[in-house]
Amino acid sequence: MPQIIISVLVISGIGALLAVLLELADRFIADYGECNILINKQKELKVQGGSPLLFSLQDEGIFIPSACGGKGTCAYCKVKVLDGGGPVLPTETPYLSAEELEKNVRLSCQVKVRNDLSIEIPEELFLIREFKVKVDRIEDLTDYIKGVTLEIVEQDEGITYKPGQYIQLEIPKYKLSSGPEFRAFSMSSIPEHQKIELFIGLVEKGIVSTYVHDFLKEGEKLVMRGPFGDFYYRESDRDILLVATGTGLAPILAILRHMKKEKIQRKATLFFGTWTEEDLYCVEELRSLEKELPAFTYVPTLSRVPDNSSWKGARGRVTDLIEKQILEGADLDVYICGGPEMVDSCLGLLKKKGIALEQIYFDKFS
Amino acid sequence: MDPINPLTLFFAAIFTNNILLTNFLGLCPFLSMSGQKKSAFGMGAAVVFVMASTTALNNLVHYKILVPLGLEHFRYIVFIVVIAAFVQLVEMTVERFFPSLYFSLGIFLPLITVNCAIFGASLFMVIRKYDFVQSLAYGAGSGIGWMLAIISISAIREKLQKTAKLPRGLEGPAITLIITGLLALAFLAFSGMIRVQ
Repeated sequence: MPQIIISVLVISGIGALLAVLLELADRFIADYGECNILINKQKELKVQGGSPLLFSLQDEGIFIPSACGGKGTCAYCKVKVLDGGGPVLPTETPYLSAEELEKNVRLSCQVKVRNDLSIEIPEELFLIREFKVKVDRIEDLTDYIKGVTLEIVEQDEGITYKPGQYIQLEIPKYKLSSGPEFRAFSMSSIPEHQKIELFIGLVEKGIVSTYVHDFLKEGEKLVMRGPFGDFYYRESDRDILLVATGTGLAPILAILRHMKKEKIQRKATLFFGTWTEEDLYCVEELRSLEKELPAFTYVPTLSRVPDNSSWKGARGRVTDLIEKQILEGADLDVYICGGPEMVDSCLGLLKKKGIALEQIYFDKFS
Repeated sequence: MDPINPLTLFFAAIFTNNILLTNFLGLCPFLSMSGQKKSAFGMGAAVVFVMASTTALNNLVHYKILVPLGLEHFRYIVFIVVIAAFVQLVEMTVERFFPSLYFSLGIFLPLITVNCAIFGASLFMVIRKYDFVQSLAYGAGSGIGWMLAIISISAIREKLQKTAKLPRGLEGPAITLIITGLLALAFLAFSGMIRVQ
């Protein structure tokens, strides 16, 4: 019995002694004080020194992609460290090309914050945030689509995004869901609008869309994250073809609103497809855009309109319009947004017509 | 048997009883860090330092604490904890006060906390009943032996990368293991020259 007590005491004692030593070392030796991290030469963060850059940024809500969790094996967490990073470590060199070394690219999980740093990260990562929003207005655009306007509360800087990007909207738990749920929605607003506008279509048995259509009230508070996505307006002097169906109009409208604001005079054509005349929305705004942007044409097309109706516009699907109106080998920038089947058939068709694939941007809603 | 002279033991640990090439301990960092001579040197130097200090330290812990209290059977857990804590302390100190040394050697320290060669050296020290000075000599010798092996292999690997056209299946760890085997055979020529226990 005494032997057992002695063993336990001695072994615990050794453990405790080492723990105390390490704790003291951590307190006094590894204390680097407060360090400043300057990001993209515009934002400064104050962090406690001593941890890897990856984790310091994470604590401040900036999420650099990392798959291995900071072990230095996945090489996803590359950032540019312009100043204060010290020499490149042998644990990093296997993952960095000569070109990256030249540009001061480092693995953020291996660079420790020991002094003030100046770093550069892709703007998208820098901008993604969580925002508290208040529902400002809900309006019926069609029987199945609601326009929801959100106002950002409790965030000084507001959201910075490119026209056409999307956000993730989170809704609280309600009777159809087992917990908070979030879905991606493209913004039809542009940054200058201050408020965020979304078009939310009713999806059969869709948890989030059902909530928005049946339960969401004006004044309700929600959480959203963003901006995300690489579907946004690109500068060039080529003509533009815009293709949308259903709520896919949202990012396309954002692009058009941006063109109006910037007075961009590129020739632009919008093919917008729905079933019937009742499913068309934002028609007034699109028609007035035609006047404000003289080089813009709005072409709605209906696929389920009876032969004897008074509809004078185009009939059929958006793909029929592409088939008929787009010339082989045309030099176009194409933006497509809508359901996956529509996007895929448009892509196939455009490829067949010899449109350069790198000039086609698309966003599939699924 | 007379106790072995520490100096003899030191050289024996480097050549005739090379811990990597005769006991095949510490293969994991050996395979991963032997691609470049520069990193092989850093890793090797870190192993020399840690192995020499922890073998000596564990010798003290074993004969001053564990043996008098009859707790030798706890040596596994105690050695591991001592090694881990020691390496961490050294890493913190070097990182804070000797930044240039940290960038060349220090970053390898965490990698060898769990290196079986380090732990193996401490266990051999107990099995072979070395005293403090012998332990220090044995630890340092084993570390230098390990360093010698990884530097030789990295030199061969660097040369291979430039000149040899290897079949794909043999690239990387495969050819490294084969070369290590050949090198171990060469070191076998030293065996029997000195008896270490």
